[in-house]
Amino acid sequence: MMDLQLPAWATWVMLAGLAVFLAMMILFIRRNHGMKRSLFASPYALWMAIFTILPCILIGYYALTDASGKFTLDNFRHFWDSNYAKNQLYATMGEAAAPFIKRGTVNVDTLIYSLWMAFLCTVICLVIGYPAALFMADRQMKLGATLVVLFIIPMWMNFLLRTIAWMSLLEDQGLINRVLRFLGFEGVQLMYNSGAVLLGMVYNFLPFMVFPIYNSLNKMDPKLHEAAQDLGCNNWKTLYKVTMPLSLPGVISGITMVFMPSVTTFFLPRILGGGNTMMFGDLIESKFLTEGNWNVGSALSLIMMILIMISLGILRKADPEGEGGSMI
Amino acid sequence: MSKFIRFIKKSYLALILLFLYLPIGVLIVQSFNAGKSRAKWEGFSLHWYADLFKDRAIMEALQVTLGVAVIAAIVSTVLGTLAAIGIHSMKKRPQAFMMTLTNIPNTMPDIVTGISLMLLFIFTKVERGFVTMLLAHITFDVPYVILSVLPKLKQMNKHSYEAALDLGAPPVYALFHVILPEIMPGVITGAMLAFTLSLDDFVISYFTTSPLVQNLSTLIYSAARRGIEPTLNALSALMFIALLILLLIVNRRTADNSKKA
Repeated sequence: MMDLQLPAWATWVMLAGLAVFLAMMILFIRRNHGMKRSLFASPYALWMAIFTILPCILIGYYALTDASGKFTLDNFRHFWDSNYAKNQLYATMGEAAAPFIKRGTVNVDTLIYSLWMAFLCTVICLVIGYPAALFMADRQMKLGATLVVLFIIPMWMNFLLRTIAWMSLLEDQGLINRVLRFLGFEGVQLMYNSGAVLLGMVYNFLPFMVFPIYNSLNKMDPKLHEAAQDLGCNNWKTLYKVTMPLSLPGVISGITMVFMPSVTTFFLPRILGGGNTMMFGDLIESKFLTEGNWNVGSALSLIMMILIMISLGILRKADPEGEGGSMI
Repeated sequence: MSKFIRFIKKSYLALILLFLYLPIGVLIVQSFNAGKSRAKWEGFSLHWYADLFKDRAIMEALQVTLGVAVIAAIVSTVLGTLAAIGIHSMKKRPQAFMMTLTNIPNTMPDIVTGISLMLLFIFTKVERGFVTMLLAHITFDVPYVILSVLPKLKQMNKHSYEAALDLGAPPVYALFHVILPEIMPGVITGAMLAFTLSLDDFVISYFTTSPLVQNLSTLIYSAARRGIEPTLNALSALMFIALLILLLIVNRRTADNSKKA
């Protein structure tokens, strides 16, 4: 791994190259009246080449090589072969590997667990969020604009602090348990399980479901609603036959915007799940930072990226024009 | 009947808002709690706020956070606006290519972006710290600026830039006096978006900085593992209120603008 690293001066050469390039750009623009405007995009293209494409190539490189830099596919074996993963851990770390093995080496299981949690989170967000978006878009109530702001405000609070705030509600001596005891019930263990993690996910991602649906409902022509009623639809039928199909693009982009970050959730399981549960993001992080195994970590990252690309591809098919719009 | 339905709809929305605001409310109340315990109310006190300003780690993290957010917002706005102008005037093929490139960071999970940048910095032997965090933040900010500037460019009259050149304006002059004023609302939206994204980012910062240079998010993260100090409650209450005021001012401004228009 070490001999692959570039010497320190290479960085400075790269940065100097960037500076020279920018200076040349400026000169070129000043000199040349007929310059093509498309060249304005070149600093950005260069930036992306260095900070997006090159890093992606690095991930691919590490995923396909072993510690000595030779080509191998064994890193992917860690993903599905738990015995192999266990033996490799012992081989590289010796006795220090024990805690990692205790936490489980079946990486496929972690992925399936993450997908399942993300699926549950998306379904819950949809079930809670759709009616909310529907009521927000209700023109007779005139609440839309105000509610959008009210939904955005909590998102301005730091994501970690918001999550930590839940701890003080859920813990054994927390508000919910105290209210329960005050009412004469038994206290319940709310923290440190999958339920708490799921709650944190729904809490953080719910607005991402509500906004796109609200946007697509808000764009809808109210006359369609009236027309359906004139043609004899009752309220339920109008909802089912007119409103829901028209809001489908919003639903799809909502699903995308909730599912993607849910699969890759990282940190939430550690705080609310107390480290009892691990999601795929945590797994990747521990491969890199705790075990220091970049090759396997890169292989797992690659698997996650491919998974995301596939699901995005499927969702794009369902909503080709991206009509659902974004959250803002 | 319709009144009853409306009541149900409103109560449903109220319940969701309660769900969203309850933890924040609890957190703010706790910041005024005299005792350290999260469970018991031991009287009203402001001493956590006083402690907050004495806490050097928090104050340094605040500086880093604001510094990174401001510089990243400025650089990414310049880079992104230029890029948007360039992309807009491209032919179809290269334009599609650049748009794919712009969408990569949006589709890539944060954790992969963070890790890939960490690999890059380790690979090139750049010591991780303020600069690397800044570079990472600029990288994930720029696409958002481009995506907020491009729609404004599409609304613009195609020929006004060429007209300015025909009338003898040098390209740089035309850029500043013809294109820029037209796309300004998009540029400002992009800059604000970049600033907020950068303020709120945790995952990418976590991988691209060293434990010596922390922003608020990474500081909170390491504090959360040790158990949260009430000073952090005070900090989050203050941040929340500051952002609320900022949001209200922005809202006021846009409302005024739309009245004028």
